[in-house]
Order: sequence, then C-alpha cells, then structure tokens
Amino acid sequence: MKKKILVSIAALLLLVLTLGLLQALVVPKYITNPEGLLTGEYYADAGGHDVIFVGDCEAYESVVPSVLWKEYGITSYVRGGAQQLVWHSYYLLEETFKYESPKAVVFNVYALKYGEPQSEAYNRMTFDNMKWSGAKVKGIVASMTEDESFIEYVFPLLRYHSRITELEKDDFKYWFKSPEDVSDNGYLMKTGVRPMPESDPITDPPEELLPDSSLEYLDKMRELCKENGCELILMKAPTNPRGYWWYDEWDKQITEYANEHSLSYYNFIPYANEMGIDWQTDTYDEGLHLNVYGAEKFTSFLGALLSESHAIPSHKDDADTLSRWNTYLEEYENKKKQMEDTDK
Amino acid sequence: MLFTSYGFILFMAVLLGVYYIFPKKYQWTLLLVASYFFYAFSGIENFAFIIFTTLSCFFVARVIEKRKVREDEYVALNKESLSKEERKAYRAKEKKKRFYILILGLLLNFGILAVLKYTAFAVKNLNSALALFGADKLTVPDLIIPLGLSFFVFQSTGYLIDVYRGKTFAEKNIARLALFVSFFPQLAQGPISRHSDLAAELYTPHPFSAKSLKFGLQRVLWGYFKKLVIADRVLVAIKSLLGDTSSYTGAYVALLIILYSIEIYADFTGGIDITIGIAEAMGIRLKENFNHPFSSRSTKEYWNRWHITMGSWFTDYVFYPLSFSRLMMKLSTWSRAKLGNAVGKRLPVYIATSVTWFLTGLWHGAAWNFIVWGMLNCLVILVSQELEPLYRRFREKFPRLTASYGYHCFEATRTFLLMGLIRSLDCYANVPLSFRMWGSMLTTFNYKSCFSGGILDLGLEIKDYVIIALAVAVVAVVAKLSEKRDIREWLLGKTALSWTLSAAILIAIILFGAYSIGYDASQFIYTQF
Repeated sequence: MKKKILVSIAALLLLVLTLGLLQALVVPKYITNPEGLLTGEYYADAGGHDVIFVGDCEAYESVVPSVLWKEYGITSYVRGGAQQLVWHSYYLLEETFKYESPKAVVFNVYALKYGEPQSEAYNRMTFDNMKWSGAKVKGIVASMTEDESFIEYVFPLLRYHSRITELEKDDFKYWFKSPEDVSDNGYLMKTGVRPMPESDPITDPPEELLPDSSLEYLDKMRELCKENGCELILMKAPTNPRGYWWYDEWDKQITEYANEHSLSYYNFIPYANEMGIDWQTDTYDEGLHLNVYGAEKFTSFLGALLSESHAIPSHKDDADTLSRWNTYLEEYENKKKQMEDTDK
Repeated sequence: MLFTSYGFILFMAVLLGVYYIFPKKYQWTLLLVASYFFYAFSGIENFAFIIFTTLSCFFVARVIEKRKVREDEYVALNKESLSKEERKAYRAKEKKKRFYILILGLLLNFGILAVLKYTAFAVKNLNSALALFGADKLTVPDLIIPLGLSFFVFQSTGYLIDVYRGKTFAEKNIARLALFVSFFPQLAQGPISRHSDLAAELYTPHPFSAKSLKFGLQRVLWGYFKKLVIADRVLVAIKSLLGDTSSYTGAYVALLIILYSIEIYADFTGGIDITIGIAEAMGIRLKENFNHPFSSRSTKEYWNRWHITMGSWFTDYVFYPLSFSRLMMKLSTWSRAKLGNAVGKRLPVYIATSVTWFLTGLWHGAAWNFIVWGMLNCLVILVSQELEPLYRRFREKFPRLTASYGYHCFEATRTFLLMGLIRSLDCYANVPLSFRMWGSMLTTFNYKSCFSGGILDLGLEIKDYVIIALAVAVVAVVAKLSEKRDIREWLLGKTALSWTLSAAILIAIILFGAYSIGYDASQFIYTQF
C-alpha cells in the first residue's frame, strides 16, 4: 500500500513536470512578434521612473526614454503594447503602481476608440508575459473575447497545445531561457523608412464617437493616478494627419474630458512640422507610426513639455541614476547603429 | 454545458469532491441538484418539459401501481366469494383500466416529443402536399427542442411500461423519480437506462472507493481521447466534404463514409465512455451501450453491439408488444391460411420489424433521411435473414475458409462499409442528394486525385491525418485487447504502468485534442437526436 502511494505521488509529480516542460516548449516565444515581449521586459527595470507611458503602438514606437534621459535627465518607461486597449493600460498601470511611484503617467488616447475586446492575439501579447497578480486577473477578465477562456491564461498549454506540430528552432532555443530584451525601456525601435504618400485629408466624420465603455476606464485611470499622487497626462502621438487616424470629433471629446477633469491633453498631430517631423523620412509605414528618427524628434519635443510644463525633474545629478541611464543610452545608441548597418 | 467545456470539467471536479464528503444517505439529493444545475445551462425554459415528464410519469405510475395493489387486495379478500371466472374477468377489467392510464401517460410524454420534434417536419411535408394543389403554405413553427428530450422521454416511458408490467416499482418519492429522469451524465446522449437497473444504483449510498474513482476517471479520459483527438479532428474534413457536395463526389463520398464512421464511433462511444466513467467515479454503474460494434460480422450483430440500450428499448417496448399483439396474431393466422406457411409466418415479423425500424429512424431525427436510414437498415436485416440458409450452406461447404481470421475480417469490413454507406444518410441534406452522391462513387472516377492530394484540401494537413491514424490505431488495439480482458482490472496491480498509460492519454488529449480557439467546440452528435 505504502509503495502504491509513493509510486502514485511520484507519477503525479512526473506528470506535472512533463506538462510544465511541454507548456514551456509550446508557448510562443514572440521572436517574430517582439511586441509580445514588451510587458515582461518591464520587471527587470521596474522602479525609479518619474514618467510612465501607457498606450498602444503609438506609445512604444513614438516615445524614446533614452532621448528623454539624454536631453532632459528624465527617467521613464513605456509600458505600451500592440493594440493596448484602455483596460489593458489601466491594469498594467495598476500593476506598475505596485512597483513604483511615478510623478506622471502619460496615456496615448488613440485606443479609446475601442469599446469592446478586440482580438485574442493582442490580449495574449499584453498578458502572456505579465506576472500573476490581482491586476492581471482583472485585466484578463476585462479583456477576453467571447472565444477565450480564463483557464487558458492560467495554463497556456491548453491554448497553445496545437503548436506542438508547428515548433520552430526558437521554441527549443528559448525553451528554458528568456529571449534577449527587444526594447529600450519599453521603446521598440524601427529604423526603416517608408514615406507617407500624398493624399487628401479625410473630412468625413467618424462612424462612432469614442465609446462610453472606454471613457469609463479613462475615469478609472484618472482615479487610480489620483490615489497614487500622480499626474495623468493625455496625449495623441503624431501620426499620419489624415482624419481617420484621429478625428476632430474624438479630439473634441478628449479636450472636453480633459478640461472637465483639469487634465493636460496634447494632440501632437498638428505640431508635427514644429517638431521637425518629415513624413517622407520619419515614418516606417507611410505615416501610421514613427520610425526612430521621427520618434527622437517627437520625444525631444515631448521632453521639453514634461520638464517645463509638468516639472518632471532631471536626475543627471544623481550618480547611481546617471550611471544606470548612461548605460541604457549607450545600449540604445549601439542598437540604433547596428540596425542602421543592417538596413544598409 | 458541453462535456468538453472547461466549465463541465470544473463542475465535475467540484461535484466529485462534495459527493464523497456528503452524508451518504443524501448523496442522491446532491445528484438531483447537480443534474438540475447541469440542465439549467441548456436553458431555463427547458425545465418545463423535464418537470412535466417527471410529474406525469410519477402520478401515472403511482396510479397504475395503486390500482394493481387494490386489485390484488380485492382478489385476495374475495377469494372465497368470487369464482375463478369472476376473478379473471375482474382482473381483465382492471388491467384494461390500467392500460388506458398507461396509454394516457405515454400519450402525454410522446405527445411532447411529437409536438416539439416532429411538428416542423410534418408541416413541411404537408406544405409539399399542399403545393401540389396550389394551396397556400403553412408557417413552419420554430419550436425549441429541450436537451436530451428523446432520451429522457424514452427512459421515462420505459419506466411507465415497466411499472405497468410489474417489472419495477412506482417511485413513492417524486424527487427520486426526478433524479432517475434527469441524471445528468446520461441526459444528453444516453444510455437509455431501465428503472429496475438504475434506481438502486442512484439511491444507494456510495462510500468512497478508490477503485471506482480510478476506474471512472480512466474511462472518462479514454472518452475524451476519442472525442477530442479523433472525432473533433475528423469533423473538420467532414464539414469540408459536406460544404461543397457538387465538388466532393465520387471518391470523396467513399472518403466521407469512412471518415464519418470513424467520427461517429469516436464521438458516440467517447461520449458514452465519459458518461459511464463519471457515473462510475461516483460508484454508480450504468449499462454499457457498445460492445465493439465495428468487429460485427453482420448487420444484425452490429445492431446488437451498437447503441445497445436504444436497440433493446425498441425491442422490448415496440417490437415484442407489436409482434405479440392481438392484431398481429390475427394477421399471422390469416396470412398463413391465405399465403401459405413460408410467406405467412414471415409477414407479421416483417411488419413488426419494419415498424420498429421506421420508428428507430424517426427517433433519430425528424427528416426523411433518418426514416430512409431506418428502412434501409431494416431491408438489409431482412434480406440477410432470408439469405441465412445460403450463408449456412456456404459455411458448411467451406468450413475452414469461413472459420479463418481473414474471412472474419472480410465480413467485418463488409459490415463496416455497408453500415457506413447507410449511415452517410445522416450527413447529406436530403435523400435524393444522398442517393446521387452514392451513385457518383460509381460514375466519378476521381479516386487518384482524391487520395493523392485532394484530401489535403479538406482543412486537414498531413500531420492531422497522422494524428488521426495513430489515435485510431490505439483505439483499435485497445478494443482488440479489451475483447479478451478488462484492461483496467488487468492494470489494477500494476501501479506504475497504470499511471504511465493514464498520463500518456492525458498528455495526448492535451497536446493533440481538437479544442480551444481554432477549433469549433463541437456538440456530441447524439445530443441532437
């Protein structure tokens, strides 16, 4: 009897171990879709940031923390994600406040146009590499599309099991280790250039105004920042000035919201020229997103605002911070050079 | 709540945990609550029907039994004062009254089944007839069909008939009968249990038994393996084949027949494995519904091995009562006198068999496909019966050949293909299309293109076919081994091997199961019957 029990316990442990190993093997490594690694990269550098950026691709492809450091001594991190919806941003922010107390949170408002969960793939990119916490649980529940199951977030093997017949080299390479960092403090660098074509601005109104469900999360985000003694700043990153990317009606809605709640809101689209952004050279996808050259120009402009209008201090006098951030800056510049060389 | 949903697995885990710490005497009440909770997921509005069946069967059975008790008491009390003839006449009169009460109970329950399941079918056929006379069409009603309707109505009416026949007792506690009608593992797809078998199992306290739990869970795992790894993966190709019947003719019809046979076997036997396994894990034994049907060497044998509880229901409650009815006896006498002994003795059997198979077809679905399916099965069985002397002579002439393993394989393959062909009526939209598709197997010679690459256009890749083939091979080997011994009993003393095999099945289900996003969560086929 005793032997039977021991064998059963050993078998159960072995089963759990096997399932664990299989899970580690089949979960996506996000080597070709590095956006899926962004959430997880935060933890190694969590803490000590004065500014946290949240939002969709416009956040992590427009704001370069190394430039903010280099030019203004501002310490910052971009907790952005591909199609990061407002509830994704909210719960990431809730988690961030457990690690640190930033002076300001800058939220890119574009994703407010989505009032419903959109896509499992983007939910996964946000949550797969997020550490387990109450914020993650609530975030998953708020984000799941109809076809998704919470249990598959707890045991990703159940979701990704069919990858067992589609495994690639990277799945084995990163079976027991994490991939190298793909971002620079949350900024995902793109060095390619694809000019914006000439076209007339769209003047038709949007099909829908920004939905109440997303504005409710904006309310929650505002409350969360207030509870944590942090200023919430709203921004719309500079993108293709054609209307559909940010309609005037949406802009008006956010302006009114910001006025009502005494928040700062910056729509940077009209300031692209002033920043020096050239839509022929500073975008990698015809104006939808900035490349590194555009992002640096925009960040420089943004940094001035943060430092002058929002009193975000410089940490260049702090030796520890200086050393750490200079290392980041060096890494950033090396990576940029490397990518430029590769592009050539 | 699908058996294959995470919700159901969680429900079962919680129930099993609570079941064994619950006071043994009241375990059955927990099962009733669990059954109603399970049923609620199919739609609260469905409760009206299952409660109606429970109430009507409870009262009708009680009245029948009370009248029988009163009759026996009256006869016992007046044994001296009544003559034998008077007692006989009294009993006959009382039996008739009980019979009418039974008929009322049957009409009430089959009435619900008929209205909900067959009204639309009847109206559609009526509309076709009206169209011949240029009359206006009637609106086809869109009625809900509650989960497991065919199963719980058959199980309940079987109970009524058994009470009438004195083969079981009438439940005195309506909650107990409610559990018999709604016992959740078998609610959606059977097996169709008899009250005399199931009642004691349901109401007896079941102390914790590691063996029952282990055996039950192993059976559940095996069921999920068949359903998720084989049935739901094959389903992808079947859907493609049925989605474009103008292209997928000829060889593709042959392919459909094989794939659908595999799918329905894995789906239905898998579902029944889960059902029986869940019950077994709680110490409750249910009747087996299958006995290696694909090793059957004749159609008759096949139907003794496939969906056994349904077959025996029709045999006991339709075929025999009809065969031995007064009308059939008269017909037998008449036909023997008029048509001669050879034909005369067959006629009543043919009629009873045909009625039974007509109703079996109709039970499966309100469509001509199912009726034709039933009648074709009937035809094959009757023809086989007629050819039996020929087969016997052949066996006598070639005893070594017909006793050989190869000949048995030939017979089993022949039965498999014949049953598969008839079964494909389930798949196609209507009977004429089915017949056209069958015909195309002889006229469209696309076998080479189908099996050399065409099968890869059906939504399955080579790796899927490899998974299916390996899984089918595993099921076939296990089926073969289990013909000789109970595998779980054999594994009982071999703890390490037992764990290894169970873990391997679990891992195979998790890795190769067709579930989660990317696969449609598929209902079990028999749930729709």
